[in-house]
Formats: sequence, structure tokens, C-alpha cells
Amino acid sequence: MPRPGFVLDVDRSTPPMLFWRGENFSLEKLPADRTRVIYPPEPLPGIDDVDGAIRNALLNPLDMDPLPALLTPGMKLTICFDDASLSLPKMRRPDTRQRIIEAVLELAAEAGVDDVHLIAALGLHRRMHDYELRHVLGDRIFDAFHPRGLLYQHDAEDYDNLSVIGETDEGEVVEISKRVAESDLVVYANINQVAMDGGWKSITTGVASYRCLSYHHNPATLQNTRSLMDRHHSALHHSLWRMGEVLREHGPKIFTVETTLNTDTFPSPFDFLAKREWEWTAKDRATFLATQKSLDRVPVKMRRKIMHSIESPYRMTGVHAGFTPTVHEKTLENVYAQHLVDVEGQTDILTMGIPYICPYNPEGIMNPILVMCMGLGYLFNMYRGKPLVREGGVIIMTHPTYRDFHSVHHPSYIDFFEEVLPDTTDPAVMSEKWEAKYAEDEWYRHLYRTGNAYHGVHPFYAWYWGAHGQQHAGRVIIVGGDAPTVRRLGFTPASTMNDALEIAADVVGRSASITHLHVPSVLVADVK
Amino acid sequence: MRALQVRRTPVKLGMARITSALSPAAAAKVGPLELRRIDDPVRPGGPDAGWQQVHTRLSGICGSDLALVDGHASTYFEDWVSFPFVPGHEVVGELDDGTTVVLEPVLGHAARGVAPPFDGAAPGDGDDYAHLATPSADGLLEPGIQTGFCCSTGGGWAPWFWAHDSQLHRVDMPDERAVLVEPFAAGIHAALLALPTIDGVDDPIIAVLGAGTMGLATVAGLARYVPHAQIVVGARYPHQQALARAFGATVVVADRELLRAVRRAAGCHVVGGQLTSGAHVTIDAVGSNASIGDALAITRPRGRVVLLGMPADVSLDLTGLWHRETELKGAYTYGTETLADGTRPTTFQLAIDTTNHVEAERLLSATYRLDDHVDALAHAATAGRRGAVKIAFDLRNATS
Repeated sequence: MPRPGFVLDVDRSTPPMLFWRGENFSLEKLPADRTRVIYPPEPLPGIDDVDGAIRNALLNPLDMDPLPALLTPGMKLTICFDDASLSLPKMRRPDTRQRIIEAVLELAAEAGVDDVHLIAALGLHRRMHDYELRHVLGDRIFDAFHPRGLLYQHDAEDYDNLSVIGETDEGEVVEISKRVAESDLVVYANINQVAMDGGWKSITTGVASYRCLSYHHNPATLQNTRSLMDRHHSALHHSLWRMGEVLREHGPKIFTVETTLNTDTFPSPFDFLAKREWEWTAKDRATFLATQKSLDRVPVKMRRKIMHSIESPYRMTGVHAGFTPTVHEKTLENVYAQHLVDVEGQTDILTMGIPYICPYNPEGIMNPILVMCMGLGYLFNMYRGKPLVREGGVIIMTHPTYRDFHSVHHPSYIDFFEEVLPDTTDPAVMSEKWEAKYAEDEWYRHLYRTGNAYHGVHPFYAWYWGAHGQQHAGRVIIVGGDAPTVRRLGFTPASTMNDALEIAADVVGRSASITHLHVPSVLVADVK
Repeated sequence: MRALQVRRTPVKLGMARITSALSPAAAAKVGPLELRRIDDPVRPGGPDAGWQQVHTRLSGICGSDLALVDGHASTYFEDWVSFPFVPGHEVVGELDDGTTVVLEPVLGHAARGVAPPFDGAAPGDGDDYAHLATPSADGLLEPGIQTGFCCSTGGGWAPWFWAHDSQLHRVDMPDERAVLVEPFAAGIHAALLALPTIDGVDDPIIAVLGAGTMGLATVAGLARYVPHAQIVVGARYPHQQALARAFGATVVVADRELLRAVRRAAGCHVVGGQLTSGAHVTIDAVGSNASIGDALAITRPRGRVVLLGMPADVSLDLTGLWHRETELKGAYTYGTETLADGTRPTTFQLAIDTTNHVEAERLLSATYRLDDHVDALAHAATAGRRGAVKIAFDLRNATS
């Protein structure tokens, strides 16, 4: 049986803790008697017969008829699937989406359905490269659909092919892909790695227009999202669920297939990352040192290549299909079963290592804006109940925070860093003053629509993702980052963890409590 | 008197060119410039011809001086100067009666006793430069485009030199400010060359590439005389960026970010490293292969690129210039300007006004004695990365 997550009180005998530092790691000795470390639960066992479980879910859905009963000759069937932002890191082939879609296509073929489109639900993310589509869907699906133009990627700027479904009670316009809107049946193939994803979010962001997204991807909504991992206390999810209601009333029939993964993330030789430090064997310590030193010696581009080449041996822990909200509740049960750790009370200082990857840089660079997004957006939000760190407390992250951007994937991020951040780091101010310019910039629009660039507005959304954390924290410190770049983000640079704790003392005092969020892997702190 | 003097010695020029790649100080040591005792220059005209003895107070070191000293100056000028000469054309000095004057260095028609191209012409005006390359009728004034490149007049890197009345501007300002009037005039002249291109444009974008003395002077000129333009500046060093902002630039970015900044301002695309549109006018205050290439890449079709920095020998692919019908315009010195309101002041009048307005002395980073010219030239050659802008010689306590 996998062991549950737990909270370790650090004493003098506790070994140094593992921290991510981008494409490398460090071990940090945390102060005894005032530090606790939150460890994630060990990976849950996976389903042995994945294809059988998927088929079973399609044939025995929740609150909907079995999929074969929904498939009729001459119908218009659209299959949407999560893009390359999931899973992180990418899973070993065959990808769960491939398995789901192959099963759906088999049933569709049996039913004589021949009008089938496959759409990558990108939202405002970058278009996937062909090799990424092949990885996600498998060669058979790619070769059958892509050459005929039946496998394509959502375009949130193609207003000729977007359709308004209706408006919520709060005036939010639900505007999605016309093909999806006009389909007789939409099947959504999802991977759920965190509680934030799935549910109505899949359609109302994945195949929505910029206009539709702007109703919930904004500073006011994100500042009132408490947290991203708790949809019942998330203004973002409230908006998405309102939109979902409109979809249910006026939109196409949606058959959602959601899957959950365990946290078996890193294969050998990186499997030591998932172990608790005091349980490291001599071999683990040697592997850590060898890996750390080797990564130190190679150029950062090579480090990135090594890390992004990791394919995770994730195992599927659940699959449910049918009516979106019902399916999603089951999904959340599974996700929380893997992620939740009970934690008593908040902390003065929260420490976290920022890894090389987040949902917005698959195969790319973790640029400074994404460091902010990952730290204050994702990791800060890994809570239910109350944030791990108290209001006015200090967040300490470790990351090199190099001033480096992927010019193909993140063109507007570069300008955002050079133009917007020197002017303001306040999400509300930048939204008011700068967002429209970036959203409407023809070049960014062109690169998003025809290249592999994130939408022009995306750096704003990445920044807004951290809006609640930014508002909540008294100070944010980055250890080991490029100092001018860290300052540009509005944070404080520190050379070492000890320096960071010294700086933090100015805000929260010398005997402040410290909590280390142990990453990897993923956990959600249920803070009482 | 003891003065810094340049002689036509090809071997020294060659050595300077080679050693400058290693160190500016080494180039200054082996190059054609030497501190030596020279004969006092003879008055270059009769006693009533308007020549005055000017006692140097401060004299700046310009990019063109450095090019000469380190052997990188173009051979183009060989027929337009007369050796041996005393450099120094950025000068604030004092007349025998104690009046403070700033030198407008062009040895124009009046200085050479030639009819001006029009009444009230400034020394730099006209469309025939024959007088610059021809000895004066009495033979006392040899060829030379400017004081500082003419063997007859002497130059600012000496305790005193000869200057014609037509070259002198009486000023009432600190020496440290006055020594910057000449480079400001050059920068303002380049700034005003933008006007014909942006005539009738509502929201013109003018990019400035480089923020040394000339680039900063251009920015100050644009902010003062082309106030409706968005001024986008690419400056390599933080102190240059801060000064560009202080002088009125709308947007200041690191030099490598200029293309993106202009793109943002123009809202255009990037295709193959070139903007599809871009700045209406780009002023290149660097003058290198790379900077001219960059200027062409960020200037919109049928826009203008103004070359303020002396370019010398460059190698460029001009296909883009041809395709985009880009106008390439040189910006040398100064003369009589036409402002947007139709008035026609001289550039020096505008420069005096602007140096007062921006308190230009803040650009003067260090002064040296002539004896320390090797250090001075090395400092000037590396001004940017040493946090400096303008380096000058201080001759206020010098003796002949």
C-alpha cells in the first residue's frame, strides 16, 4: 500500500531537503525546531487494464446514455482533447488520450459515423508541433486524420469559425468553436493531473474565444480564486460553471471522458526525486550528486533538453465518462485521494523549489514570468481551506530565473517582460493599461494562429495566475536567481537559503515558522 | 607651444589600427597622435580678416577623433584635411578680452573669404564643398573641413588656436556645458533631418540607435524640436538608458531590444529579422555595419535612415533598402535649420538653447590634462562600459 502524505517536523537530525532549481536541484538544510516539511502521498496503484477501464466507462457512463447509443450514422461527431500542457512531464506512449480516442473511434466506426473531427483544445496556448500530436494521439490517428484536415488545433482568433452559445446570468458570453457548437455530439478526452482542470473548464477554455476567456481569466477573478485547486471556493471555477450551465442549456451534447493519473513522475535515474530524503540509500545519494554535478557541467540548453526528454511512467488511477459535472466530481475524488495531505495551521514562511517545467513551457523555457506563475500561481495554490502561508508571510522559491525566453513559443512574453513589467507588476493596472494592446497585436495574433506561439495576451494570464499569491504574500524571495531579473518581477533576490531566511526575518521575525512544500511530487495541503 | 598633433605617418596609422584591437591605450601610444612642442600657428589671414586667438578651456574627444587616432578613419578625408594638424573641434575657449566662446568648427565660406551660398549662411551651409579642399587665396589657410583637421588654424587640443569670427559663438554658461554645444549641434541637426519624412504624420515614431554623446544629443533635440514624435531609444548601458529617459525619450530599451520596442510601437510584424513596418525615421548614432543593418531593419518602407555616427568602411546587404525604398541620409555637422513652424535658426543657436535646457554638463564624465592624453583617449574609447559619456581635455591651467 502506498503511504499517505505527511508532515515532518525538522529536527537536528533531519537531512537537507531537496529543492528544484529549474533544470537542476539543490539540497538545503532547513532550520530545526521551527520547520516542517509536507510530503506528498506516494503514488496510488494504477489500473492494470487501462483499455478495458476506458471501454467500460464509455459503455457505462454517469448520467448519460452509453456512448454507442449516442452515435448514429450521418451525425456530426467532434472529439476534443487536452493539449501539450498535460501531462507534465509528458507521459510514456501510449498516451491516455490516444487510448480514449481510439476507443471512441472504434465505437463510432461500428455505428457508421463518418463525419468526425479531432480538435486539440488549446485555448490560448501554443499550437502543438506535429511530433507532439503524434505523441498524444499515436501515429495511427495522426496519419488517418491529420492529412485530411480532420485533425486540427483550436483557433481562438478565427471568428469566422467561432459561435456564441449564449450568456450567463452575469453577462459572460459563451463563445466556442463553431464545429463544436454545431456538433451532434462532442466527446472530450481529458487528463486530470490537478484538481483545477477538467469539468466545464475543458470546453469553456479549451475551445473558447479570447473574448470568452477574458471573463474569467482576469485579475479580479483570479484574486478571488481561493484556491485554484478548490473549485467550490474559486471565482474562476464559479464563472466556468456558470458558462457550463449555458452550454448544457444551449450548447451541443457533451460526453466527457476524464482520467486521473498517479504521481509516479520520474523514471530512473531520476526516481530518487520521489523518495523522502532520510530514506535515500547510498546509491540514491550518489545518483543525486552525479546528476547534480553532471547537470551543472553542461550548458543550460543541454540541461533543458535532458529534462524535457523525460517521459513519465504515470499510471491511470481512474476513468469516468458521461455528464460533465457528475464525471468531474468523481475525478476530483480520485485527484484528492492522490494529492491531499492534512496540515494543521498556516506558516510564516513557505519554501518551494521551482522546477524546469510548468503547463506553459512544454519543450520550452521556464522564463521569468513563468517562474512567477509556477510559484505564486500553481504551487501557492496547492491548498484547500487556507493558504499554507499566512497573509503577509514570506514565500521563498529557488530557481535560476535566467532572463531567457523561447522566441518561438513566447514572443509576447519577451515584450511583456521588457515593456509591461518595468511599468507595473500590479495585475489590475496592467490589465487596464496594457492587456488590450497585447491581445489585439496583429503579429502575436499571426504567430499564435499560424506558428507555435502562445497568444499575445498569455503572459498577462500567466501573471494573473499568481495574482492571489502576489496579493497574499508580504514578500517573495527567489534564491539563486539573476538579481536584476528577480527585481523586475517585483521580488527580492537572495544568494543562498540562509540569506533568504535572513531577509524574511525582516518581515516575519527571527523565530518565524517555516513550511517546505516538497516538490516533487504534487500535493494539495488541506489546511485546517 | 606643447600640443597634441597628428602627422601623416602611414606606419603609425597601421600600427594604431592593429593595436587598437588589443587596447585603446596602446593605440594611442603608437598611433599618429603625439604630444610635442610645435611652432605656433600663423594667423590664417590678414589682421582685418576676422581671425581671433582662442585660448582653449575645455576640448572634447569625439568619435571621429578616436577613429583618427586608432587608424580607423576613412581615407576619404585625406584630401579634405591638411597635415600635420592639432585635433580638437569640440571647444569652449576664451578670447583675448576674456569673452567665453564656443567654436563652430566648420571652416566655411566666410573663414575662407568666399561668397556664402546665401545671406546669413552658417559655416556648414552650401552645396559645393570646393572651398574646404582648396587653400585660401592668400595661401594662409590650407584645406581642412574643420578646425581640428587643418594645419593652419591649430585645434582645441592645444593651449590656443586661431578661429574666424564666423565660427565663434559668445556664450554665458559653465565651461562644462559649453564644451557640449558642438556635439549637441550635430545631434540636433540629425534630429531635424527627420522632419521632412514625418511631415503630416500624426504619431510619428523615431528610433535612435545608440546613446553615447551623439545619440543623447539627438534625443534631446527630438524631445525639444519634434515633441510630437514617439522617441524609441536603444542604449547599451544603464547610465545611457537613464540619460535618454531624462532627455525625453518615450521608450528606452537595451540596444538588443530595439527591434522589438519599435515593433511594439508600430504594431507590425517581424519577417526574417526585419520589421514589416517600423519607425518612420531611424537615427543611427553608432555608424557600424551592425548598426546600419539594424537601422534598415527597423525602418518602415519609404522611411528614412539618418547616419549620424561616422560609418567609414561598411559592408551591407542593401536588398532591403532597395525593396523598401528606404532613404539613407547622412548627417554631418550643422548649418541653418528649418523648424516645423517655418523659422530658420542656426543649429548652434538651437544647441546653445538645448544644452542650457537639459543642463548638458551632466554628460561630461571626466577631464584630463594633455599630458595624460593616452589615458584620456583610452577612457573615451571605452566610455560606455566605464559608465562615462563625454571625455574632454582641460587646458584651463595649461601653459604654452
